[in-house]
Amino acid sequence: MKMMMKGALAVTGLVASASMASAGCGISGGSVQVLANDFPALHAVVSEAEACAGNGVTFTKNHTAEHKDLQVPALTTNPAKYTTVLVANGTLVPLLNDNLVRPLDALVAQHGQGLKKSQLITIDGQVMAVAFMANAQHLFYRDDILKAAGVGVPKSYEEVVAAAKAIQDKGLMKYPLAGTFKAGWNLGEEFVNMYLGYGGEFFASGSAAPAINNAKGVATLEMMKSLTDYMNPDFLTYDSNSVQAEWEAGNVAMTNLWASRIGAVLDNEGSTPAVVQATRFAGAPTVGGGSIPATTLWWDGFTIARNISDADAEASFRAMMNGVSAKMANAHADAATWLIEGYEPGATSQGILDSASGGAQPYPMVPYMGLMHTALGNELVEFFQGSESAEKALADVEAAYTVAAREAGFLK
Amino acid sequence: MPHKTFFWFILPSALAMTLFIALPIVSVLVQSFYVEHERVFKEVENCTPFSCKTELQVDAEATAALEAAEPLGRFNGWGTYLNRRHLAVEEVGQAWAERASLPDFLAALYNLPFYKALAFTLTYLLAVTPLVILLGFAIALGVNALPGLFKGPVIFFSLLPMVITPLIGSLILFWMIDARGILGSLIQTLWEDPDLSLKASPVLTWVMLMVYGVWHSAPFAFVVFYAGLQTVPQDTLESAMIDGATRWERTRYVVLPYLMPLVIFVTLMQLMDNFRVFEPVVGFSAQASATSLSWMIFNDLRQEVQLFGSAAATSVLTIVGVIILLMPVLIRTWKQFHQK
Repeated sequence: MKMMMKGALAVTGLVASASMASAGCGISGGSVQVLANDFPALHAVVSEAEACAGNGVTFTKNHTAEHKDLQVPALTTNPAKYTTVLVANGTLVPLLNDNLVRPLDALVAQHGQGLKKSQLITIDGQVMAVAFMANAQHLFYRDDILKAAGVGVPKSYEEVVAAAKAIQDKGLMKYPLAGTFKAGWNLGEEFVNMYLGYGGEFFASGSAAPAINNAKGVATLEMMKSLTDYMNPDFLTYDSNSVQAEWEAGNVAMTNLWASRIGAVLDNEGSTPAVVQATRFAGAPTVGGGSIPATTLWWDGFTIARNISDADAEASFRAMMNGVSAKMANAHADAATWLIEGYEPGATSQGILDSASGGAQPYPMVPYMGLMHTALGNELVEFFQGSESAEKALADVEAAYTVAAREAGFLK
Repeated sequence: MPHKTFFWFILPSALAMTLFIALPIVSVLVQSFYVEHERVFKEVENCTPFSCKTELQVDAEATAALEAAEPLGRFNGWGTYLNRRHLAVEEVGQAWAERASLPDFLAALYNLPFYKALAFTLTYLLAVTPLVILLGFAIALGVNALPGLFKGPVIFFSLLPMVITPLIGSLILFWMIDARGILGSLIQTLWEDPDLSLKASPVLTWVMLMVYGVWHSAPFAFVVFYAGLQTVPQDTLESAMIDGATRWERTRYVVLPYLMPLVIFVTLMQLMDNFRVFEPVVGFSAQASATSLSWMIFNDLRQEVQLFGSAAATSVLTIVGVIILLMPVLIRTWKQFHQK
């Protein structure tokens, strides 16, 4: 695992293996229609791919946060509404479940020179997606505040709690911690991160039966609860946008936030120079004496739709290959931690690289994980409001998940 | 109107209502009795940039074959209605059997998603509907008494809450009541409690959503009542004045009875609207403390694995709820029709 990560992410120092010629990308025709999430790194990729437009190539793009809900219906039609969809760990699964994306082995062999093997997402031996960037939640901390409180950079969540207490005791900040604890997807993701840090398993081995109501689950909730003691009491309404705003306002000293937010935090907009200059990044903390950083690794990549002509599939693949060139990655070095050959990771990639080399787990790609995530996000709320015990909350999650998984056909 | 003329007159709207209202409801009803086929799994090795792992994956082709044979899915009868996400018959029975006291039973009930949503939906409905009617009527009376010069601008400003899209309106208020927002810090100053947060406490969140609901819907009641006030017969009012009736007595015994059909109309509309309260729950990020039936449908459809059967069952239960709510009014209308 550790070695693989290094292979995947470490600097090779090599100059980009000649990416495609810029003008027209050498595609003679076809239609390229892109569906993607809406954040700067993906804008960079898709804009670069757009350079292939013209010369008989039609190009359309749709950047939207609603991509998750659009992708399945849009690709079910024949011909599909989009030829290529940019996905992540979680969003690839529904496309696979319904057999909506095509294997890319032939296209990779023909046009995929310069791709690293680690970029190829293979399912049952077939390449189903090409990854180009990594994302994870990891530690953001304020160097000046930690120094003023006389504590070092925390390596574990126990140290995070101790540091938060020190900051509060010295009167430096009222609520030194923040977290993406908004009820729903965000809260579910925080649980997933922490639970994996404790080495927990979500499902009974080889089945879709839930297995979270155990000592590790309880420990996870207790740790999350002790973090919320140092957070703004509104924490159940905080998503990434709110945490970023609190950070930029200088109200927070430590948070476990998405790497993809780094660009926005450091861009000197919406914050003061003092906050920006004191902002530092580190790998996600470990928890409970474990060695695995309590976070999940995410990748973003592109897929090619199944229900389109082979010519359009080839045009789309080549356009996207142009989009994920080393030229693009180095031009937008701070926008993401690119997995692309020839990209030189900067200081802003430190958090992801540290987390990955520490052995952090990728977000589970099993088809029923989405239902577990939803159940966690909805049913844990009462525990954090103080009206339910950890065991009861976890039992509720299992009950809610079981009903949903039965309805979706994952459980008998 | 001769029957034939009436038939041709009503045909276009009857067709449109069948196509866009009746058929979708039938389709939702059918959908609610079905769930997804059992997925066929296979164990495969998945490789990502970080590691390779042997995991279960859906065998897409085998599952697709099942779906092609029976596109609606597996027949589940009333199963979806009775499961934990909906009426939770089994869990409710168990809670009743194990109850230590009535509050204990209610707490167990409130822990089930459907009843939690229903509790908020009904409280919202019962609090917001009468307040909207009272406030709307009061504004209408007030505006009606204004000199002509001010009427235009006052009406315009009174209508603003209704003009603003609900989601945007709730977002604006959400930011204003933040601990650092103008209303949030005002409340903290007034109560002299720097830790007071409207968003953290479930009770205050409910109150906040209801205040928003009244703020948003009052203009609708106001407009309807204001229009009605313009048609109140002046001679009746004048004779009441000659008889020495005070303003309150004129309002109570002349204006209000005259406007009663409008009050019933607004009540009906408000009951239906408030029963499917949705936007404020999303706009206020309030799902930790308050969920509604419409929000449950939204939540079922907005996840990676969409639960169509579950969403359909909640929709049907919502329709049933609306019918129960409107029943008294419908019975009354039916009786009046037969009296004539």
